[in-house]
Amino acid sequence: MRIMAQLAMVMNLDKCIGCHTCSVTCKQTWTNRPGVEYVWFNNVETRPGQGYPRRYEDQRRWRGGWVLDRKGRLRPRTGGRLRRMLTIFANPVMPSIHDYYEPWTYDYEKLTTAPLSDEPPVATPRSLLSGEPITVGWSANWDDSLGGSPETLVRDPIAEKLGEQVKLDFERAFMFYLPRICEHCLNPSCVASCPSGAMYKRSEDGIVLVDQDRCRGWRMCVTGCPYKKVYFNHKTGKAEKCTFCYPRVEVGLPTVCSETCVGRLRYLGLMLYDADRVAEAASVTADEDLYEAQLSVFLDPDDPAVARAALEAGIPEEWLAAARRSPVRDLIVRYRLALPLHPEFRTLPMVWYVPPLSPVVDALATTGHDGEDAGNLFGAIDALRIPVSYLAELFTAGDPGPVTLALRRLAAMRSHMRAVNLGDEPDPSIAAECGLTAADIDAMYRLLALARYDERYVIPTAYEGTTPGRIEETGCSLDYDGGPGMNGPFGETSGRPVPVSIESFHGLKQRQTSEEVTRDRVNLLNWDGRGAPKGLFPQRDTTEEP
Amino acid sequence: MSWIETALWVVAPYLTLLVLVLGLVWRYRYDRFGWTTRSSQLYEHRLLRIGSPLFHFGLLFVIAGHVVGLLIPESWTAAAGVPEWVYRFFSVTVGVVAGVCTLAGITLLIYRRRTTGPVFLATTRNDKAMYVVLVAAIVAGLLATMLSSGLGHHDYRLTVSPWFRGIWVLRPDAEAMTAAPWPFKLHAAIGMLLFAAFPFTRLVHAFAAPIGYPFRPYIVYRSRTPR
Repeated sequence: MRIMAQLAMVMNLDKCIGCHTCSVTCKQTWTNRPGVEYVWFNNVETRPGQGYPRRYEDQRRWRGGWVLDRKGRLRPRTGGRLRRMLTIFANPVMPSIHDYYEPWTYDYEKLTTAPLSDEPPVATPRSLLSGEPITVGWSANWDDSLGGSPETLVRDPIAEKLGEQVKLDFERAFMFYLPRICEHCLNPSCVASCPSGAMYKRSEDGIVLVDQDRCRGWRMCVTGCPYKKVYFNHKTGKAEKCTFCYPRVEVGLPTVCSETCVGRLRYLGLMLYDADRVAEAASVTADEDLYEAQLSVFLDPDDPAVARAALEAGIPEEWLAAARRSPVRDLIVRYRLALPLHPEFRTLPMVWYVPPLSPVVDALATTGHDGEDAGNLFGAIDALRIPVSYLAELFTAGDPGPVTLALRRLAAMRSHMRAVNLGDEPDPSIAAECGLTAADIDAMYRLLALARYDERYVIPTAYEGTTPGRIEETGCSLDYDGGPGMNGPFGETSGRPVPVSIESFHGLKQRQTSEEVTRDRVNLLNWDGRGAPKGLFPQRDTTEEP
Repeated sequence: MSWIETALWVVAPYLTLLVLVLGLVWRYRYDRFGWTTRSSQLYEHRLLRIGSPLFHFGLLFVIAGHVVGLLIPESWTAAAGVPEWVYRFFSVTVGVVAGVCTLAGITLLIYRRRTTGPVFLATTRNDKAMYVVLVAAIVAGLLATMLSSGLGHHDYRLTVSPWFRGIWVLRPDAEAMTAAPWPFKLHAAIGMLLFAAFPFTRLVHAFAAPIGYPFRPYIVYRSRTPR
């Protein structure tokens, strides 16, 4: 047994209203730089929908994740190490920029320099790659809230798999939002694909990172990740990905996406697992068994033997305590409400989701039924085959069992709490019907509906007696045009890495004071909201002042 | 032997080596973050899918040819029973095929670089200068193979190779090199320039070739703090 700790996240999809606050704050924090304009470490996609990048789930096309070879051994879907070395000169299955979207800005200058006319001036879109005018036709959430459905929805890889009936049912559309970050997998195929060994999983907290100084830009990780959550910075020529906001979690703060989530639907906590059993769990034969297999590698921190082994393995007492209080563990293991995203990719992802009951409730409500009655809800979960099988394709490789159980438990909670709120005696048989007690349901309700900041985010700090100043030294690639790391003598990004805080300081100053941000245009994407970006307004004529 | 020849075949090789080694050490210390392929595949992949493997695999064969031709003395192949005309036939055919592939590959890549807007915008002056030297080296090499070895029956293994081997034992045989026809001299001179430029251009990514990858476990774990 090799015990490791993993920082994991659970998102309660019922609460997601698709406001994209997580995406925007994440972008402001991490990818607000040239070279990663098209990159969203956190994106929110509408399901059914194609996702971002387009149809990333279709692994017959993108070949991410792992497969079992003829002998039943695990290998990356693109082939073994030698195969990857032979395709190193041109990655055969890397998405092009158009599969994400071509980043653009607007010709804002027009608004202030256009001559007086009857028509108001228009800021036309310009490509951020070529500077040419472009017609914007796709983005990270082009099909947001089923926008443009009939054309785009039919290309949803899961809908394609489920066939005709789903397409017809789109008329009676069910819809939910799926926020996605890097899964920080237990068996990360991006790490396995990296020829340079620049990608690694941190042994303390399981966060998957790219060592910017060792990345050589071979781009194999982009293909290796089945969730397409490793991105290529086209300015620096290096891979970048969601960092689980490691500088924040190291000091006990939640990630930016969690912190700013309006619906408070994200939970952060530790999971203990047995690293020696990961490969075994990832290589079970049937795709539908992967969910259970992954559950089996998790360890119970309340088990004295596990606790002893954890301490021996160097996991601090404080972390063990955090693992016992982990809200993530409650949702995943205790209530079995949270499910992994696409376990069939065999990477053992560690960002899990509580499936949404709302499509079911909505369907009931629109037909005039009581959407809070347990009987109605249980019946509807069984009858509404499409939402359930869609969710099963997303979370359990097609097995409706665990999805149905989670939905029934959510339904039971809904009905139980209505009785409580109306002062009725809750019917204990409702809880019992889905294998819970009334006390379980109360605790579940507390965690899902009331949990406060410190209950949703149980993050032990990484520092035992050392000063948090170390964040600086780990450094990273936050570069920007004309900054200290950019425009060195040998290409755009040569030179020593500069500590994050110095970079941010110079970056802010540079953005606020530079004349040209993006080739003679004012780029509001890089505007931090402080002061007026230079060039946005015409120079004030000071001679006329009295 | 003129002073120019002495400078070229005795002084320049050591200068090149010095610049290459010190340059690489310096760049590694100064600019590990800039040590990348600077791939433009994200912008354009159709031409790259043809051009890049054509160029790189062609180049691997070219390098293998250079290793055989420069390091293995003629006496060894003769002792192994390979007649000089057989050796030359293979060296010229394989050399020309690999050289033409390399040249075709880089032509396609440069065409792509010039005609694809975003790729051209990502091209620095440094890159452009490097392409001139690289293409010149390839063209001169092809000329040497075709004109002097193929048509002219010059045996470079009696001129260039002894000089090259001499460099490594600190006794560069400049006389032998002087006797080589001009395409070989041109190719050798440009070659030295190219190697000297290596640490200071994007060519440096060749020294990041991930030869250790096949021998490591798939999943890499690293500690937050080096223990």
